[in-house]
Amino acid sequence: MNITYLEAIREAQARALKQDPRVFIYGQDVGAFGGAFKATKNLAGEFPGRVLDSPISEDAMVGLAVGAAMEGMRPIVEMQFADFSTVGFNQIVNQAATLFWRTQVACPITVRLPFGGTSGAGPFHSQCIEAIYAHFPGLIVMAPATVEDAYSMLLEAVALDDPVIFCEHKFLYYHLKAEKLPEEALPVGRARIAREGRDLTIVTYSAMVHEALAAARELAQDGWEVEIVDLRSVKPMDTDTIMASVARTGKLLCVGEAWPWGGVTAEVISRVASEGYGLLDVPPQRLNAKDTPVPYHPNLWAAHRPTARSIVAAARKLFRQ
Amino acid sequence: MLRTASESATGDLAAATHLGAYRHMLLARLLDDKFAALYRAGKIQGGVFLGRGQEALSASIGVSLQKNDIFAPLIRDAAGRLAFGETILDAIRTYMGSALGPMRGRDGNVHRGRPQDGYLPMISHLGAMISVVNGALLARRFKKITGIVGVACIGEGATSTGSFHEALNQAAVEKLPLVLIVANNQYAYSTPTQRQFACEDLADKAPGYGVEAHRLKGNDLTDCLRGVGEAVKRARFDGGPQLVVADLLRLCGHGEHDDAGYVTQAHKDSALGRDCLKVAEKFMLEEGWVTGEQLEVWRSQMIHEIEEAVAQVQREPAPDPFAEEWQALSCGGLSDLRMD
Repeated sequence: MNITYLEAIREAQARALKQDPRVFIYGQDVGAFGGAFKATKNLAGEFPGRVLDSPISEDAMVGLAVGAAMEGMRPIVEMQFADFSTVGFNQIVNQAATLFWRTQVACPITVRLPFGGTSGAGPFHSQCIEAIYAHFPGLIVMAPATVEDAYSMLLEAVALDDPVIFCEHKFLYYHLKAEKLPEEALPVGRARIAREGRDLTIVTYSAMVHEALAAARELAQDGWEVEIVDLRSVKPMDTDTIMASVARTGKLLCVGEAWPWGGVTAEVISRVASEGYGLLDVPPQRLNAKDTPVPYHPNLWAAHRPTARSIVAAARKLFRQ
Repeated sequence: MLRTASESATGDLAAATHLGAYRHMLLARLLDDKFAALYRAGKIQGGVFLGRGQEALSASIGVSLQKNDIFAPLIRDAAGRLAFGETILDAIRTYMGSALGPMRGRDGNVHRGRPQDGYLPMISHLGAMISVVNGALLARRFKKITGIVGVACIGEGATSTGSFHEALNQAAVEKLPLVLIVANNQYAYSTPTQRQFACEDLADKAPGYGVEAHRLKGNDLTDCLRGVGEAVKRARFDGGPQLVVADLLRLCGHGEHDDAGYVTQAHKDSALGRDCLKVAEKFMLEEGWVTGEQLEVWRSQMIHEIEEAVAQVQREPAPDPFAEEWQALSCGGLSDLRMD
């Protein structure tokens, strides 16, 4: 069996619908059509009345999910693209994220955000906005990098009593494949060592894990052994695993496809600098997308976001210090 | 002229309904007066937002609802909240930030509710509660609970928001038993209606969404009970979403910090400017449903009840920042950045 990242997301939703009658899916085109990316393919047929097409109303989609969650349901909202979730931003950050704090009534909603760049997608179908959601108290923000995590973390997201922003990378949808779906997973909030090494720690997540792995393979040809920490969830952030890795390597490079300002990479460096300054041999570095909207043309796009090549260059610069 | 037995029964019912709603109106007005006094005395942190002039509409909503319905009131709905079952203690504790209130000092004033009881706590972003009511109603549908309605309250200003549009359309598409009540009190903070919308009548929006419209005189208790009652009944018995537009005038500032100098004399002198509490009293006295003495007894009893409750809350503990659980997630183990 060969399962893609996208199929894992579909399978996780099928399992969630099957094992929990409180689960339903709400989003644009998710019903008979099966979703813009087919992440809900055949689910409307398999679970009649529980996979509902919504109007193009991101605000009302999330608001409805919050109201249903208050009544004990476990809605999954599919945003067609993460970029469009900004239209539902108010309901996510002011309604869902504050509900438990204000009332002690939990808000178990999962908002799926197909995010990240793909060739030719341009400024409004490529954004990485996980840091914006992580900024608000009351939200859990997941960004799985593997087929196995896409599956197990989505199931966990639905099972959790808190609102989860589930960032699923569109570039990984078809590119990643696994032999089978996992039965076990790391706990929520725990990072994963995607590759062990002694010379440099690269902290990253989602699609950039794979660029970092490619960079590590290239650097290994020169004898550098790079350790890669896959955050899995950006909030909560597994500071312990990051710090332990930096303690082993003494060098830190953070890589994110998102924009640099106030982002996840900035948060990682802030934590390591304040809690583990003495562990660092050289100043920590980060590599992010350029501080412009995401460009359309593949030539521009390839230069806009970090790639294995630019990660290798950044790592070599660190090694020269 | 002698009345027939059935006319008499109908009259008794009308009297009981009016008197019941009126008592919530009066209690809300007196409670609001107390909050205003506490605010002026510096005893309330933050703002105080009154429902003066909107009690007839608000109370009519509360008395039209049943215990298992959904209610998302707005800032001027003290009367409706009481009629839906809120205690004055909940209201006072929230305004005074008592640790024993439903919001435990984490949120204040009109931002209060008990979602586990179908009583939803508003956020400040206008129109945002409508789709939340839709979701609660959809959940009831999933659970095969029928015969219920959900009411969301907004002012005319919120009809300009995207949330209003998205949520009313959503309710219509899903054919949910939503009653959306628009209190057109002529000013959104200071903005008059001609700077808010250009349509002749807000109720004209209803057919555009495929929902039924109801218009009513918002300062006339009889008309409010009729109009809101009809809308709630239509929604309860599968008539789909209902849009109720009530015309009235806010007889106070946006909050107690606001002297409302922008309200025109013409508005104050118009039929809209009549105080719904006085209109209701006059009507009930004329009908012989109540006496002036009885009204005075109620008033003094309620003032006493409010004073007692305020005194009690003033003795209650304030929230303690050292005992506070600084935890925004219900799954405590997943909290990030615990800096304690």
